[in-house]
Amino acid sequence: MPVSKVAGSVGEARILAAPMRPRGRPRLLPLAPLFTLAVLLGPVAAGLIGVLAPAFGYYPALGATELSLAPFRSLLAWPGLGGAVRLSAVTALASTALALGVTLLICAAWHGTRAFGAIERLLSPLLSVPHAAAALGLAFLISPSGWITRALSPWATGWDLPPDVLIVGDPAGFALIAGLAAKEIPFLLLMTLAALSQIPARRSVLLAQTQGYGRVTAWVKTVFPRVYPQIRLPIYAVLAFSASVVDVAVILGPSTPPPLSVQILRWLNDPDLSMRFEAGAGAVLQFGIVLSLLALWRFGELVLARGGGAWIARGARGRADAAWRGLAVSAAGLSAGAVLLAVAGLAVWSFAGFWSFPDALPAGLTLRSWEGQLPGLAERIGTTILIAALATIISLLLVLACLEAEYRHGLRPGTRALWLLYIPLIVPQTTFVTGLQTLAIGTGLAGLTGSVIAAHVVFVLPYVFLSLGDPFRAWDPRYGLAAATLGAGPDRLLWQVRLPMLLRPILTAAAVGFAVSVGQYLPTLLLGLGRVPTLTTEAVALSSGGDRRLIGVYAITQTAVPLLGFAAAIALPAFAFRNRKGLA
Amino acid sequence: MTDGLSLEGVRIALRGVPLVSLDVRIAPGEVLTIMGPSGSGKSTLLSLLVGACPPEFETRGRVLLGGRDLAGLGPRERRIGLLFQDDLLFPHMSVGANLAFALPPSLRGRAARRRAVEAALEDAELAGFADRDPATLSGGQRSRVALMRTLLGEPQALLLDEPFSRLDADLRESLRGFVFDRIRARGVPALLVTHDAEDAAAAGGRVVDPLGRGAGAQAKAASLS
Amino acid sequence: MMRRPRAALWASLLAAMAGVASAETDPADWDAVLGAAEGQTVYWNAWGGDPRTNAYIEWAAGKVASRFGVELELVKQSDISAAISTVLSEKSAGKDEGGSIDLLWINGENFAAMKQQDLLFGPWAEDLPNWSLLGAEDNLALTEDFTVPTEGLEAPWSMAQVVFYHDSARVPEPPKTVRDLLEWTRANEGRFTYPQPPNFLGTTFLKQALLGLVEDTAPLYAPVSEADYETVTAPLWDWLGELTPTLWRSGAAYPQSGPAQRQLMADGEIDIAISFSPAEASAAIAKFELPESVRTYVLDGGTIGNANFLAIPYNATAKEGAMVVANFLMSPEAQARKQDPEVLGALTVLDVAGLGDEDRALFDDLDLGIATLTPEELGSPLAEPHPSWMERIEEDWDRRYGAGQ
Repeated sequence: MPVSKVAGSVGEARILAAPMRPRGRPRLLPLAPLFTLAVLLGPVAAGLIGVLAPAFGYYPALGATELSLAPFRSLLAWPGLGGAVRLSAVTALASTALALGVTLLICAAWHGTRAFGAIERLLSPLLSVPHAAAALGLAFLISPSGWITRALSPWATGWDLPPDVLIVGDPAGFALIAGLAAKEIPFLLLMTLAALSQIPARRSVLLAQTQGYGRVTAWVKTVFPRVYPQIRLPIYAVLAFSASVVDVAVILGPSTPPPLSVQILRWLNDPDLSMRFEAGAGAVLQFGIVLSLLALWRFGELVLARGGGAWIARGARGRADAAWRGLAVSAAGLSAGAVLLAVAGLAVWSFAGFWSFPDALPAGLTLRSWEGQLPGLAERIGTTILIAALATIISLLLVLACLEAEYRHGLRPGTRALWLLYIPLIVPQTTFVTGLQTLAIGTGLAGLTGSVIAAHVVFVLPYVFLSLGDPFRAWDPRYGLAAATLGAGPDRLLWQVRLPMLLRPILTAAAVGFAVSVGQYLPTLLLGLGRVPTLTTEAVALSSGGDRRLIGVYAITQTAVPLLGFAAAIALPAFAFRNRKGLA
Repeated sequence: MTDGLSLEGVRIALRGVPLVSLDVRIAPGEVLTIMGPSGSGKSTLLSLLVGACPPEFETRGRVLLGGRDLAGLGPRERRIGLLFQDDLLFPHMSVGANLAFALPPSLRGRAARRRAVEAALEDAELAGFADRDPATLSGGQRSRVALMRTLLGEPQALLLDEPFSRLDADLRESLRGFVFDRIRARGVPALLVTHDAEDAAAAGGRVVDPLGRGAGAQAKAASLS
Repeated sequence: MMRRPRAALWASLLAAMAGVASAETDPADWDAVLGAAEGQTVYWNAWGGDPRTNAYIEWAAGKVASRFGVELELVKQSDISAAISTVLSEKSAGKDEGGSIDLLWINGENFAAMKQQDLLFGPWAEDLPNWSLLGAEDNLALTEDFTVPTEGLEAPWSMAQVVFYHDSARVPEPPKTVRDLLEWTRANEGRFTYPQPPNFLGTTFLKQALLGLVEDTAPLYAPVSEADYETVTAPLWDWLGELTPTLWRSGAAYPQSGPAQRQLMADGEIDIAISFSPAEASAAIAKFELPESVRTYVLDGGTIGNANFLAIPYNATAKEGAMVVANFLMSPEAQARKQDPEVLGALTVLDVAGLGDEDRALFDDLDLGIATLTPEELGSPLAEPHPSWMERIEEDWDRRYGAGQ
């Protein structure tokens, strides 16, 4: 639990964080955590069965009704297993560490400066770019026949044909690591910013600077230890995501062998239906890999905390500030520039006529790609926004109810069980959703927009919780005490004081949730039985045809819709609090 | 004898270590000062008095306000006002809205509530500040708004938690006068918690330490801190 | 005022009853099929990666709606296995009727697997009125899907045949045999690749190579267990052993799909590509995806051909509607439109020579486009080997050149 802002002493901090005692008639609010769990537990359990049953040879629809370890035996016999597992683990760890490192470096070097404001303004567009679109754009950017080479050829390179160099899909996974990191930095930065707003970071850095510490060193030594606990869960989510990501890995990752997640998808897509057993066993293995990586990361945290404590105590001031700040700016510029250029490339493609190597720009521009898609596009956008808005509102209400119940009633045990909410982020989605689909079909709910929304809640809610939990808990409880001594009841406190003060993080969490919903592919397709087409299902189906022009059309649209959400999350508080500097 | 705020055999301990031991009655308009260094249990006492004491503290005794036993009441039912070190003005509300937040609902009618807010601002020498953003006020102005907000809630007792410690020396001086004048004028019993002997002197009332000992023990404690 | 809703309710109840009864409709009683199909909504799950195919299906939807009262809804999939997953999920959940998928675009291994698992409805295809226009008795590709007998469980709606396309500006004379291809890649290192097996196009490339390398192709048309796999496939592995180092990225990476391979062609990274659609190059040129200098060719000795089929899942809701759609898609009108390069340029499944004059004229008038071969130039297709070969070869390839690398 985050310590209050002005903790003068241990005793004082505890007092101020003390929950209000429940009073009066029994209410529904204390049940919120349990209710939330109940709403999600069915889908989670069904999803887990969908993962576990085929792994142990149980799949009655394929005539397999006896438990066996055969799927694991054939999994072990697959020659690519070692390489695939190594790739999954290494790319996940490396990309997460890289993303975290760059995020922290940017904050350490620039937090509180005007340059940092510019970085902040780039966050929303960067967050809005769908992973697959960013990966496809990035592949076009860096491949030997890509935009960078085109810009330099043939006048600088002398190349009339692209060189035969393996960049995208390199066996070590460097392209995949870079792509994942570039896409995760904005998310971690967003989470870090939320955490920083609850900490007197500038004062701490200033104080340390007056004692001769370099800016970066001061930040790492005085602010980082307080920020890290607040961004730990988002980091875990990023790690789990990177270890099980499919779309980015297919586009940027190696294929001989591919990361395990991609191989699971290959098995699932194999016409030979018996491969689904291997897919199940692979999914269980992947679940294990994710858990091991999380454990490894936790262990690393402990080691670093110990070493870091000693490092802080040694009192080294750190003199290489200028170098660090330069590095931070390069890293930020490189990662943001890569994603933005990637999208720009796809945008150009969406208007491109014929465009061959080594032309830096298309030979002609045309609206044909857009015109061909326009009739269906408006309808898809409508469905997408409807589903995302409802899934986000439901998730937000449940999360707020859980957090408020925790605050009012001190329901720590109830909320502790909420880690179950994170299971959907950890279990490989491909097999998880198959179980969900069977549940929905069995209960007659498949194919309905409502079921798609419910399935989205399963994946949106954890991100809303991640984004909102810490700002909500870090809210200075003395405001609550002040309001209470002025006679305000818990409801008045919530609606008139707490929610308005937290409007910004609430809307940010909503925007993150909205973006997550917009990006959902498998849950939309499988729960909707393909009858609830959204931007993303359409985009994925069409992009399987490999036409960069169409991919460009959908990448731009898919980026624009979540961007609207982020823009609203920024504009609404800015408008509502235009005369309130204290919330700026 | 039922007027004012009475602490009867109030004992607070943490893991067996006594922090607070007080038997005292504060008369209406009187300011009792509790002096002691940080961590001596002063703030725990305040949280006990407003009804938000964390469960890990062992507590005994009775608190009576105007003869009413406060046991079992939450912060909002006790009608005890609390003034913090920080002003804690709600940053999303205007100065006027902050004050109106504290006005009892029994005061009906927009015009009447608006008048009450304006009167309070005038009293704080901040006439015309109702629509201002609290963040644009100076430290002293914010402190005065915070006090007026607390008083508008019509508390039957007032607790002051080091309310001057964040202010400049000259500002502190004038604000002390402002605060204690208003308390005496309203005739509410007040309890001031501080480690600053000048605060205690300005309050002009009795001075004890958290364990109820008189000025001598308190002076020793102050010199230690 | 209450009349109308009540009447609507009765109508829908009757329709529902008709729907139940129609599960028993005999496909041979075409009038009964047409009657039951009217008012049904057919959910057709198909690969949705080609806007031109999607547009063609939209056209067909308009026709079957106005003529037969059948509502056709296209469910676009990035991989048809997602639709098969849904059928499996429905079977798992015990939903043996009222399923969500009425029509599937499949062939080959997918068909073999669904047939083996009893996931298909039928037989029905040979009862369709337009079946007689196929000349199926003379065209094995229409009744044997990768050597697996279709037995009326699926109806053909399109022909496919392996072709290669090349950029004539850079490669005026493309290699026309499997062995010549190796000579060419040796001289042009890094300028050729194929989609990574088990992608069907990649696997098809291996099969095409095998057919061109073995002396006797007969064992390939029986299950692999009946042959000496090692001996039969040895020439393929020897040839691949020499070819791989000369491939794009020296064989360390492969495009993951046909479209990804076409993209490499468009980017100038490779000079020759394999395709299963003789009209792909022309279509891609029209969409600015490939340079106008791209041309299509086939190998001496012929290339593999097969048919694309439509199947109905065992638990489909609108089986009659699905049959009506399939029958329409086999009509000369629909087939001629499909073969029009402006529309799709896909080869017809009909026996054009056997059609009446009026219908035949629909096909004779088509202009095939600059990069499309005429049926004569394509030659008669080679049959697909038995699917069991595919599985073994895929596994072996993965060990040697894929995951086991």
